[in-house]
Amino acid sequence: MNLTPEALAYEISSPGRVGVALPLCDVPAAALPAAMLRAELDLPELDELTVVRHFTRLSQKNFSIDTQYYPLGSCTMKYNPKANDQAASQPGWKNSHPLVGDEYSQGSIELMHRLQEGLSATGGFAGVSLQPAAGAQGELAGVLMIRDYLRDIGQGQRKKMLIPDSAHGTNPATCTMVGFEVLTIPSNAEGGVDLDALKAACDDSVAGIMITNPSTLGLFERNIELIAKIVHEAGGLVYGDGANMNAIAGIVRPVDLGIDVMHYNLHKTFSTPHGGGGPGVGMVGANALLLDYLPGPIAVIQGAKYAMAMPKKSIGRLKSFYGNFAVLVRAYTYLRMLGGNGLRRMAENAVINANYLKVLLEKTYKVKYPRRCMHEFVAMGDVAEGVRTLDIAKRLIDYGYHPPTIYFPLIVPEALMIEPTETESKETLDAFATAMIAIAEEAKANPALLHEAPHHTPVGRLDEVAAARCPILCYRG
Amino acid sequence: MPFIANSDADRAAMLAAIGVKSSDELFLDIPAAKRYPELGLPDGISELEVLREIESLASRNVAANTCAWFLGAGAYNHFIPSVVPALAMRGEFLSAYTPYQPEVSQGTLQAIFEYQSMAAKLFGVDTVNASHYDGATALAEAVLMAYNHGAERKRILIPAALHPEYKEVLKTYLTAFEVDIAEYEGDPKAAAAKTDAASCCFVASYPDFEGRVHDLTGVADAVHAAGALFIVHTDPIMLGLFKSPGELGADIVTAEGQALGNAMNYGGPFLGMMGATQKFVRKMPGRIVGQAADHEGRRGFVLTLSAREQHIRREKAVSNICSNQGLVMLMATIYLEALGKQGLKAVAELCWNKAHYAAAAIAKLPGFSVAPGVFFKEFVVKTPRPAAEIADKLARRCVVAGLPLSRYYPDRTHELLVCVTEMNTKAQIELLASSLAEVTK
Repeated sequence: MNLTPEALAYEISSPGRVGVALPLCDVPAAALPAAMLRAELDLPELDELTVVRHFTRLSQKNFSIDTQYYPLGSCTMKYNPKANDQAASQPGWKNSHPLVGDEYSQGSIELMHRLQEGLSATGGFAGVSLQPAAGAQGELAGVLMIRDYLRDIGQGQRKKMLIPDSAHGTNPATCTMVGFEVLTIPSNAEGGVDLDALKAACDDSVAGIMITNPSTLGLFERNIELIAKIVHEAGGLVYGDGANMNAIAGIVRPVDLGIDVMHYNLHKTFSTPHGGGGPGVGMVGANALLLDYLPGPIAVIQGAKYAMAMPKKSIGRLKSFYGNFAVLVRAYTYLRMLGGNGLRRMAENAVINANYLKVLLEKTYKVKYPRRCMHEFVAMGDVAEGVRTLDIAKRLIDYGYHPPTIYFPLIVPEALMIEPTETESKETLDAFATAMIAIAEEAKANPALLHEAPHHTPVGRLDEVAAARCPILCYRG
Repeated sequence: MPFIANSDADRAAMLAAIGVKSSDELFLDIPAAKRYPELGLPDGISELEVLREIESLASRNVAANTCAWFLGAGAYNHFIPSVVPALAMRGEFLSAYTPYQPEVSQGTLQAIFEYQSMAAKLFGVDTVNASHYDGATALAEAVLMAYNHGAERKRILIPAALHPEYKEVLKTYLTAFEVDIAEYEGDPKAAAAKTDAASCCFVASYPDFEGRVHDLTGVADAVHAAGALFIVHTDPIMLGLFKSPGELGADIVTAEGQALGNAMNYGGPFLGMMGATQKFVRKMPGRIVGQAADHEGRRGFVLTLSAREQHIRREKAVSNICSNQGLVMLMATIYLEALGKQGLKAVAELCWNKAHYAAAAIAKLPGFSVAPGVFFKEFVVKTPRPAAEIADKLARRCVVAGLPLSRYYPDRTHELLVCVTEMNTKAQIELLASSLAEVTK
């Protein structure tokens, strides 16, 4: 890591410098409306080399998959093949415009159609829409589809959505955006949905359930078919949060388990880069019942040509144009390289890696639900008096590892959510386990080492409370 | 498979350590009858084969780098300096996650802080967040902010000349709320008087969908006098020259930031920009980066004000937004720093001059006229024959003339929205004019 402080662009700006040469104007100047113009534009002034060094040095202050092991639970930080980026960099994609007309975009639409078909096959869906820009938008789409369907069959009074207590925060936040009420369903002793609580909650106000399977505990919900049956019999629908598809792609199709509508995060299972926070894709797939409600437009075949078209009863548009296309190219590339056989191999290896790492760690770090796990597991960081999960996470950084997801899911105290992913080797897992065990020993022998960690980073732990109390959100030169 | 390191021998050792004979035993929780379905997908192929297939597909698009290109309408063909992709595609940026662990994410965090700082100056507001999915969703979330702020106020005033797809997105985002979306025609200054005690916000598009730049002086006073919020949706390239929305009294500013160093990519990923005045910082959705200090007083950056967000507040969050457009935002940051104060202004001037040159050339053609008023980068041309027919004829000559407005407004058959940027040479503009003349003779 680059430990040298890097000044802000504004602090290294020098009047008169410019980093890009533009062509001279080859047409006569036109008069500008003086009263409408701005007096000043306060942007930095830098030469090109300064810009290059600035961002190169900044990049060296990041951990990333390309440089470090990144076992971040729920985020599927697997290797993102470089071929994905190469495929997305084709000039024919980069310079293609969403409004030039379907006839002139046959390459783009065909790629989207092929990806729709491929993703439909993995889920058993009747159709998918690639429009949602992120998992949260996929959820919004899915819950709106449920709402509109219920309205159309005269069940518009159903506004209660059941959400297990282990769910991501986006699930309840999405329901609020759709005008649904949230009823939280507790987990049972083995980390699954409490069936008695579920049955008690099912009445004629239930719109459905949002279920993440495998759950955020990394456990496959054994009762999934029964849960779907209970909700369906009560007149509700089943939404599947596909954040954890990496464990089951090629192993089981969600629609076969009773899921009606579902999103996948292509930036997780389908290996498109996270980019420091996005862009993602939250593709949404539906069974035959909800097919016509998908957000659009979606790619279709009309005669001998491809076209973009709105599904018949579509919930409408979630963003302008057709989705995060450059991300779709990456996901398609990955899906083609893997194929059906590769998908299954991917999931099997993700699950083997997680169970192996769990075996290496569970004698040192308690695992609340000690069943065989899927692609991830949730351990607890309470290994010594006065040491918190946060301290273990920060100490891992000293060992050169990105910490796991911490304090999530909320139902496990001092949670350490560990997702190894299939792309890591046995040696990497062994070395990570060795570091984790060494840290547990340090926690007992020398807890200060953990409390003061990390030691070898550009900055130490930052005072986040002070930062939120008096926020400085922009450079104040 | 190259993306899986472990060999069969490794796997055998791992399975033995787990205490199972085969990986099948790890999937016993999945109903047996549903396990291992036949997906009907072909087997995987090599990188070489996939890239060949992709190249062949990509070559079937008509692309802006191979034509004289005059189509904008929400996705813009601007120059992308080489430093932008070269730096943004570094693995340390590309393959990093959301910066939840600040000590190992200072690169991403400082870049976002610089983005927020520059975008705030460009917009003339106090704070900008760390991005939305695109301009349309940024605007929809801004309207939701105003709606939530306005308590009982249900009315939302939007321009008739707002991008039609933005209107559709707005409708989707507001579907669960009891709102009355009212469209106003023409000059926002005249329409602002319609803002009343039932209105939560007045939205101006600066420029509007047809390229017109309305003078927004005085709009804020009328809107604020009615107790509503003034939201301005803008084009960041235009702000290289024109007054910032903040200077014009906007409370919330949104924009589509694709033009800042990002390719058109068939419409995504784009960059939703949102900023606001100090008063509304804690009401803004999305991630925000703030400055902080460590125990030694060293400056660093963190995600802050997260009490607004879904992972903390769940059903009480201000939005369900989680991931953002991190990489796209990084490209915009590099773009703004590379171009800087002089460069952005120069791009805006080139767009201004070339668009006006093109408008003058087209206005001279028999049967053609150009909509009056101040415009930036785009303008509406009235055509003597149906615009869709003309555009189609020109596309076959590798001149993409613009957007026939009939795509969105079936009645407006004889209007073409033409976009001219720094990418268009004088020769291309003359080719456009002569081609228009030839196909309408």
